Amino acid sequence: MLPAPFEYHAPKTVDEALELLDQLGDEGKVLAGGQSLIPLLKLRFASPGHLVDINKIKDLDYLEERDGTLRIGPLFRHKSAERSSLLASRYHVMADAAPQIADPIIRNRGTIAGSVAHADPSGDWGAVLLALDAELVLRSNSGSRTVKARDFFNGPFSTVLEPNEMLSEIRIPASRSQTGGAYLKLERKVGDFATVAVAVHLQMDDGQVGSAGIGLTAVGPQNIKAERAEAALKGRVLDDAAIKEASGLAAAAAEPKTDHRGSVEYKRNIVRVFTERGLKRAYERARGGG
Amino acid sequence: MHFLREKLRLTGTHIGCDTSHCGACTVLVEGTPVKSCTMLAVQVDGQQVTTVEALAAGGTLHPIQAAFKQEHGLQCGFCTPGMMLTSIALLQEKPDPTEDDIRWALSGNICRCTGYMNIVKAVKSAAAQMTTSAAVPEAATAAARS
Repeated sequence: MLPAPFEYHAPKTVDEALELLDQLGDEGKVLAGGQSLIPLLKLRFASPGHLVDINKIKDLDYLEERDGTLRIGPLFRHKSAERSSLLASRYHVMADAAPQIADPIIRNRGTIAGSVAHADPSGDWGAVLLALDAELVLRSNSGSRTVKARDFFNGPFSTVLEPNEMLSEIRIPASRSQTGGAYLKLERKVGDFATVAVAVHLQMDDGQVGSAGIGLTAVGPQNIKAERAEAALKGRVLDDAAIKEASGLAAAAAEPKTDHRGSVEYKRNIVRVFTERGLKRAYERARGGG
Repeated sequence: MHFLREKLRLTGTHIGCDTSHCGACTVLVEGTPVKSCTMLAVQVDGQQVTTVEALAAGGTLHPIQAAFKQEHGLQCGFCTPGMMLTSIALLQEKPDPTEDDIRWALSGNICRCTGYMNIVKAVKSAAAQMTTSAAVPEAATAAARS
């Protein structure tokens, strides 16, 4: 299979890339890791007239904690996340998710930002960013704006990103002490899309839940933030009753569809079970365990 | 992938699913496995690409090839180029991998014949071979560069 003809651009700077995106409008598409976009081009599900390859731009492949914020650059790849000791020690939900993305070869190329901008409702990073209450920096020729992850997704494969904008940075509140997270994913085989996955992030505060983040994968038209479940946990001691209530609310927030991966009831139940397990695991980690 | 096969006539890189699932088309870009169906030729401009054709330098089988042959790590052979290149990258990084390491590293390469048992054996056997003759992989890399 070959993609429809397109023109290829390889700008050397972000400004150059933004200039191009501005000129190209709807016809321009950013190429980061390409692990979703290139198959789409070949299947002719997408046929932009121009590709703006950002891989030749220096310094976009970064992960750093600065001024109370974890910053992720547009070319930071899944493999780097999988191997990051910073994520393993302090951002458990990300460290859990990274090795569960697609397969090892895809992870060599694919990027977190690209995956988020692609906005597949079965994408893993969207749920993770919702749980972490991340912000996304969208930059264009005329400036930049910051949107919350919860306001970013607009439906299947759809976001608030304008054609002339590029997702230039992902920002996550820096992990403090007593935080823990987990990402649980059910997939039929390595590399398959999730049947269901749940991202959990907990900030404990003197034995009570300071804040909780719960993101859901593959159970709706987009990644879902289970806000009622999050709210139900705030200020509570994380006992069995609290976990049970939140898991039920997370399951209720899911909007799954029956398909070859499972029925509505099955998927909703997995959300409940994974939320329960995720909260327990996150809690253990927040207390310095496993 | 089309560039490799149609323009360079290097047909050792096989077209499988053509949508980045199966790993048959895996090549190494600067030593890192990528699925060549999901990378544009223009993106590797100026970079070193290693295909299966680079392995048998000067007519001598690379240890990974010898091991796949010896351990019967293939049946139809369609997935084999990708399997071997992914394995080489693994062995560069982990010269003495466990069975788990091997299965994990190869989880993006699908084989429909062997059930993977002999592939895993072949990679283990190649690892043993390569640690006793460490100079061989460098020879293969040099051949790929030329």
